Amino acid sequence: MTHILDVDQLTVSFGDTTVVRDLSFAIGQGECVAIVGESGSGKSVTARALLGLAGRDSQVSASMLTLSGRDLARATERDWRGVRGSRVGLVLQDALGSLDPLRPIGREIGDALRLHSRLSAEQARTRVIELLTLVGMPDPERAMSQRSGELSGGLRQRALIAAAIALDPPFLIADEPTTALDVTIQARILDLLASIKDRGTGILLISHDLAVVSAIADRVLVMKDGRFVETGDTRTLLENPREEYTRRLIAAVPTDKPRRTPLVPSETMAPAPKTVPMAVQDASPPVVLSASGLVKTYRAPAGRFRAVDDVSLHLVRGETLGLVGESGSGKTTVARLILALTDADAGDVLLDEEPFSALRERERRPFRRRIGAIYQDSLSSFDPRLTVRRILDDAVALAPPDDRSTVGELLDAVGLPQSVATTRPLYLSGGQRQRVSIARALASRPEILICDEPVSALDVTVQAQVLDLLDRLQAERGLSYLFISHDLGVIRHMSDRVAVMKDGRIVETGHATRVFDDPQHPYTARLIADAPRLAAPR
Amino acid sequence: MSELDLRTAAASAAPARRARPGVGELLALGFVLFLLAATIVPGLISPFEPNAISARDAFQPPSLTHWFGTDESGRDIYSRVVAGTSTSLLIGVSATAIGLVLGLALGILAGFGGRVLDFTVNRTIEVLFAFPGLLLALLVIVIAGPGPVTATIAVGLSTAPGYARIIRGQLVSIRTSAYVESARVLGHGPFRILTRHILPNALAPLLVLATLGIGQAVVWAAALSYLGLGAQPPAAEWGAMLSAGRTYIGTAWWLTVFPGLMIVLTTIATTVLGRSLTRRTAGNR
Repeated sequence: MTHILDVDQLTVSFGDTTVVRDLSFAIGQGECVAIVGESGSGKSVTARALLGLAGRDSQVSASMLTLSGRDLARATERDWRGVRGSRVGLVLQDALGSLDPLRPIGREIGDALRLHSRLSAEQARTRVIELLTLVGMPDPERAMSQRSGELSGGLRQRALIAAAIALDPPFLIADEPTTALDVTIQARILDLLASIKDRGTGILLISHDLAVVSAIADRVLVMKDGRFVETGDTRTLLENPREEYTRRLIAAVPTDKPRRTPLVPSETMAPAPKTVPMAVQDASPPVVLSASGLVKTYRAPAGRFRAVDDVSLHLVRGETLGLVGESGSGKTTVARLILALTDADAGDVLLDEEPFSALRERERRPFRRRIGAIYQDSLSSFDPRLTVRRILDDAVALAPPDDRSTVGELLDAVGLPQSVATTRPLYLSGGQRQRVSIARALASRPEILICDEPVSALDVTVQAQVLDLLDRLQAERGLSYLFISHDLGVIRHMSDRVAVMKDGRIVETGHATRVFDDPQHPYTARLIADAPRLAAPR
Repeated sequence: MSELDLRTAAASAAPARRARPGVGELLALGFVLFLLAATIVPGLISPFEPNAISARDAFQPPSLTHWFGTDESGRDIYSRVVAGTSTSLLIGVSATAIGLVLGLALGILAGFGGRVLDFTVNRTIEVLFAFPGLLLALLVIVIAGPGPVTATIAVGLSTAPGYARIIRGQLVSIRTSAYVESARVLGHGPFRILTRHILPNALAPLLVLATLGIGQAVVWAAALSYLGLGAQPPAAEWGAMLSAGRTYIGTAWWLTVFPGLMIVLTTIATTVLGRSLTRRTAGNR
């Protein structure tokens, strides 16, 4: 096979810090190679170095760097300009940031074309429409004149891919191309990348998500801390990883891991207590929270928009109800209604069969401590002035006087070192921050935790740790979780029962195993079919 | 599980390094210390009586005896500049304080007072914004009569709308912030949320802003004195000295250059310090 890209001993450093060390790999025609690693592993820097965009302060060296026969190991900025676009295309995660918000898509793509070719304006236009059709834009003529802000996330990503392949480059770099997208749209974009691959383009796919990677990559290269860990063809690597780190990465993917099995295989972690969850213990476990007929409408340009439309759900002691749906389906509004942060237009929330949402704020305040909440962006939920100790102390003060934990106990419970207490959350890592927010939620001794996308911003191995922690705490304390996520893998792993939301309504609800194995609603079936799983490429 | 986590904890537990102060910041700090000394113990750093007249020494150019020269009555300009520091700084600081307190009251009214009050205060602020600040100060003096006290109040009043606008914005954004919401979810009461989260977070950036405001207030106060509406001659006030010296600007440049230089340097020094404070506290957010 002829190689489109040959890299030997690529090293990238910024000042004294080496972020990529001695990386060697090759990509052939029509081949997709994926670089997988956690944030900070150097995968994006590698991609940028291959475009000559590593940055002004960087030192890039390679004993060999050839792109479709051209030696670029010592390329100047002028050389790179001739290469970018025509010989290598780039697709980034943030399509909104990568497209000029003030220029129509057609012009944006047309520019790339005319910069490197002698097409007339009319020819360029025809070609742009061809390209937009190729990437599956529903109405290419119309999209031509739309600006990036007017397109949805998925369509925007398509436009970006169209721009990247406009000059038919033999090589395409896709850096987390689907990370910000909903599952169903992610599946379509992956299909599109696969079809580009089939046309003979070599693709370098950068991702933290092994499941996404396994959908289209032929070979996978694992990186950690800027170093090469191992490489192999996708199936072999997933089935027989040689390195411990790769095994950890694979184990951390929650998809298809049975409920209540730890995702972090480790001897250092205390085994989860063998107590049977209360949901199973009691003959008829008590309902701790129930919501019935919740409706919330918002004013929108075109009349009123029903964000939440007749949603009813209940939560039994010690169980997890997974609430899954795509962005805009109303999941977070449901959480806000249950927490009584937003007033519902109709419907009631009962806590232990007593009214909760119907109370006045002053009467409700004493009950608030019983429903805790953790969020996706935990950092913004902390007062920036306060240290972890003061954050936790504030919350402990709300627990019943005879049942208070110390800050130390709380930190222990969430697996954080005591030294964290004097730090402000800004200086903690994402996983540690989420642990602090869990500790804060636990401090007031709640019976219920509302978890709104608690792991969506975390790396897969950190996500696995946090999920394991939530599982353990539930078993130890008999907590009930309302677990909200767009990620079916996470939902399936965490939930006893599942409710699927679409356009403000719950379209299907039931036992997790039943819903996932035998979905009744077509939307659920589509969600499940589109969710990426660890598997060999199609 | 926590092996990985602990390592990142060790790496990140150390608070962010504070940037070492630059040359500019040190110079600014030095100058502000000099101003403070001139305010508190002017006698220690000025060689002459600021108002001692000596006809023989009139219009001496800068020399080793008279560092900044002498004026038309033979008074030592350096000593007068030092003596004027307290007046100028006092006007600057108290005007800023008045502006802050008023701004705070208006801002809190708008930020917490409900929709009608918010609307009223905002429109009022906008009307006040429509006039240049100095013009507003002049208006106050026209009504209240000239003098250092009215000048201070005038400058304070005319800076208040700016502070009010900023305080309101801070309060509104903090009131709807995720951390105030999570305090509510936990069950904290409104008074506690106000005193623990909203006010401290809204006021911290304001104090930094006030440092920047002092420089501006000093300039305005000097401008009013220059126009004869603030401190009156023979009081050693920078603006008044400028005004008195302008007759001789062609023959004795030092009468105006040195007081002017003081105004410029004070403004630059407080601005540099204010900006460096902004940068440092911003790093903590």
